[in-house]
Amino acid sequence: MQYLLTLYSDESGWNKMTPEQQKQGVGAYAAYGKALQEAGVLKGSNRLRPGSTATTLRTTNGKTQILDGPFADSKEQLGGYYLIDVPDLDAALSWAGRCPGVGHGVVEVRAIWDASTYSQ
Amino acid sequence: MTLHDSSLQARNTADAVARRSYGKLVAYLAARTRDVDAAEDALSDAFAAALADWPRNGCPANPEAWLLTVARRKFLDKVRDQIREVGSDEIEQMADSLAAAARESDFPDQRLGLMFACTHPAIDVGIRAPLMLQAVLGLDAARIASAFLISPATMGQRLVRAKQKIRQAGIPLRIPQREELHDRLGAVLDAIYAAFAEGWQDAFGTDVARRDLAEESIYLCRLVTELAPGEPEAMGLLALMLYAESRRRARRDQQGEYVPMAEQRLEDWSWPMIDEAEQLLLRACAAKAPGRYQLEAAIQSAHIERRRTGRANWEEIVQLYDALFEYAHSPVVAINRALAIAELHGAGAGLDALEPLAGDPRLAEYQPWWAAKAELLARAGRLAEAHHAYDVAIGLERDDSVRRFLERRRLATEI
Repeated sequence: MQYLLTLYSDESGWNKMTPEQQKQGVGAYAAYGKALQEAGVLKGSNRLRPGSTATTLRTTNGKTQILDGPFADSKEQLGGYYLIDVPDLDAALSWAGRCPGVGHGVVEVRAIWDASTYSQ
Repeated sequence: MTLHDSSLQARNTADAVARRSYGKLVAYLAARTRDVDAAEDALSDAFAAALADWPRNGCPANPEAWLLTVARRKFLDKVRDQIREVGSDEIEQMADSLAAAARESDFPDQRLGLMFACTHPAIDVGIRAPLMLQAVLGLDAARIASAFLISPATMGQRLVRAKQKIRQAGIPLRIPQREELHDRLGAVLDAIYAAFAEGWQDAFGTDVARRDLAEESIYLCRLVTELAPGEPEAMGLLALMLYAESRRRARRDQQGEYVPMAEQRLEDWSWPMIDEAEQLLLRACAAKAPGRYQLEAAIQSAHIERRRTGRANWEEIVQLYDALFEYAHSPVVAINRALAIAELHGAGAGLDALEPLAGDPRLAEYQPWWAAKAELLARAGRLAEAHHAYDVAIGLERDDSVRRFLERRRLATEI
């Protein structure tokens, strides 16, 4: 099964870090990505630009509105994701638990809805 | 044999098979697809087919295999419709192995794996016990709802959502690896104990749904001790529930009035159950891996020992509560510990032990807190405060006979 791990964290934390700490943080993520790749479970992964750069669209009264800013106005913002392919939720949770994101934010684990099973 | 007789026999056999094999068949069918719902549906169709077929053609020699054969067909039809992501090869393999299993006289018992799925950390704590009662024992949502004092519709919805989560989130029906097993087994035992505690509320056994729940919980725990032998906490929990169950009848007198443990008649206790509990506890303790349920069982054992010998052992009981508090840092344990301290060092010492809990907001609505306070205040001669505490305890109690018991106690505090 495929699972999407989405990483949420307080973005201000990054700017408060010393260059040395930032380097360490980037290194931890790089190592995590390598481990996923080595295990053959990584399908895709990216880090996102800060929430302040987000643009949101929605329809109000039949008219599409374009708004500056992220969808959720909360301190913790979506900052990146990993798409992995593993046998079951236990395996997905075990990989999520190793993600550096758990140390400074929240990691959400969701199963991918396979297009062939939309009827369910 | 008349048609009526054979229909009765068919029903009895189906009931017996249901009791013994329901969860085994559900677990076996759902093991690979994680589709508990489809397994339950297929199985209930199979039971319906059995009740129509067996009275006419006689009960089959191996009813379990018969049910699996019928359920297999329905199950595969449903799975074929729904799970197109599973390749057709895999469906064929599944069909073959289910057919082979139906021919064999026995197939693997995967109920423990099902229990681990029902109590997975990704499943909400509150629905774990009901889910296990349904998936493993086949209890229907309405019966579970009435035992847990929730509306049947709400319970039904929550059960459906939990089963959906198992399937869609991909929660495996499997026994966890060794390093995880200990923690995960704790969740299985907690859910069993939660079901038992619901059943325990009904002392007189007049509420069928709740009385059954205590028996079903004991059955589930027995199953865990059989499928995962040598687990000390599982044996501890089984012992704890047997100790409690052994005194069920004694908790009410012939008029239905509440009888506290100190005044229960020993001949009303079930001594075979107590003997079994003692054996289990001894075996559990031999493993030298103490835990919450073993300690709670040991406290029960000590209470029974005191009543049997008439020898006060409160010091030992306080020590056991101290140890238990390390595992279960709960106000409930602290209250019982304070009551034991009062027996050992007097009501004043017991009240001192209660004091640190006073700020806990959860206790404001907790009947045993007010009842314990009232009892100790009365013994310490602080009658006005005791009177007030009895009032609150009575106001919070749901059970009529316990309420009347507390009212009699309150009367003694009136000046």
